[in-house]
Amino acid sequence: MAGNIMLEVVTPDKSVVSEEAQIVAAPGTHGEFGVLIGHTSFLTTLKVGMLRYKDKAGTERVVFVSGGFSEVLPNKVTVLAESADRRRDIDIERAQAALKRAEQRLAEARTREDIDSRRAQAALQRAIARVRIAGMRRAH
Amino acid sequence: MATLKDIQLKIVAVKKTQKITKAMNMVAASKLRGAQEKMEAFRPYANKFAEVLGSLSDRIEADEEHAPPLLVPRAEVKTIDLLLMTSDRGLCGSFNTNLIIKAEKFLKEKAEQGVDVRLICMGRKGRDYFRRRKQNIRSEHIGIVGGKFGFNVAVNGGQELIDAFLNGETDEAHVIFSEFVSMARQVPTLSQVVPIVGVEKAEQAQEAEPAGYIAEHICEPSAEELMAEMLPKQVYVQIFRGLLETSTSEHAARMAAMDNATSNCGEMITSLSLVYNKARQAAITADLMDIVGGAEALKG
Repeated sequence: MAGNIMLEVVTPDKSVVSEEAQIVAAPGTHGEFGVLIGHTSFLTTLKVGMLRYKDKAGTERVVFVSGGFSEVLPNKVTVLAESADRRRDIDIERAQAALKRAEQRLAEARTREDIDSRRAQAALQRAIARVRIAGMRRAH
Repeated sequence: MATLKDIQLKIVAVKKTQKITKAMNMVAASKLRGAQEKMEAFRPYANKFAEVLGSLSDRIEADEEHAPPLLVPRAEVKTIDLLLMTSDRGLCGSFNTNLIIKAEKFLKEKAEQGVDVRLICMGRKGRDYFRRRKQNIRSEHIGIVGGKFGFNVAVNGGQELIDAFLNGETDEAHVIFSEFVSMARQVPTLSQVVPIVGVEKAEQAQEAEPAGYIAEHICEPSAEELMAEMLPKQVYVQIFRGLLETSTSEHAARMAAMDNATSNCGEMITSLSLVYNKARQAAITADLMDIVGGAEALKG
């Protein structure tokens, strides 16, 4: 391994991750992509999903990201997301409640005018991703 | 003249007021700390965002024809949305008044130009003021400024402005917020958020990085699509910043106001005590005179 790449995940509320990683895999809008040190610079939007990386010790870590975008430089990956949570910070009960709520809202959106189905859809996506990540078996 | 008892009661009352103002000062101080931390936490995001947006705008500015609508100023401005941020609570000195004066000035100016202004109030104080004056208030958001709020508040507010702009209801949107300059100075600030102006060019914003470094970035999807994705976020970011600044300013203003109030109470207590002591002494003297007078009379 040539070295580690710096990973930073920031949201408007806080800095979620700021550490070195061996490899980073992020959910780009055009498909998941992996980044190692020395990657070509590029810029992409992200979709709702999970960002995975291996930290210095080689432990796999999972972070939920709610879309946003990412800038990749040869020695650094920056992710700007509207919200992001490390797996251990996800409150699974809250996530499941959100999932239920989102499903319900989406169902109602078909009959009611005042609910923005696009937004309900987005909320559902986020809830699904959160629940999935929270439910994953801990690797270590 | 007030009797001794009256003065004593007054002193007790002022002391109680002082206790309250002191407590409010301390509450404001701790909330201020929280608000400042939030501002601090937002900074990395805002900086990175501005950097990326700036370098992107460098790349696509070339053709004006296909510029994203959020960047194109309208030739004729007929309707404007004004987002006014004030606090929900009072007792913070001239904080809200200053913001409202700023808004009034803007309204007057635009009325003279024959431009319609629709108000969106974030914060109870501004809403109450303009409601009393029968101003047209399009929507209101209470319970945000000064409290706990997340980025989604800014997203909702920003979306409202963007939607109105894109479907042609409005031609511009401005925000009035209180900029937190220092503990002693909070400046009401007016800034235009839609269409987006003043996206800093990467060369100006970037001193540390070599100029044009982003030119080598691969963009996925295209730079234009990325830009379209980012522009609404720029509006959210600006509104979020406004909210953070206004909240911080509110607490700072309240702290200063309560500090003043506490020391004014102190002064009042000092001067009242003086009056009280004088009155007491006068009463003692009068009593003595009476006794001496009585004794003299008996002797005689």
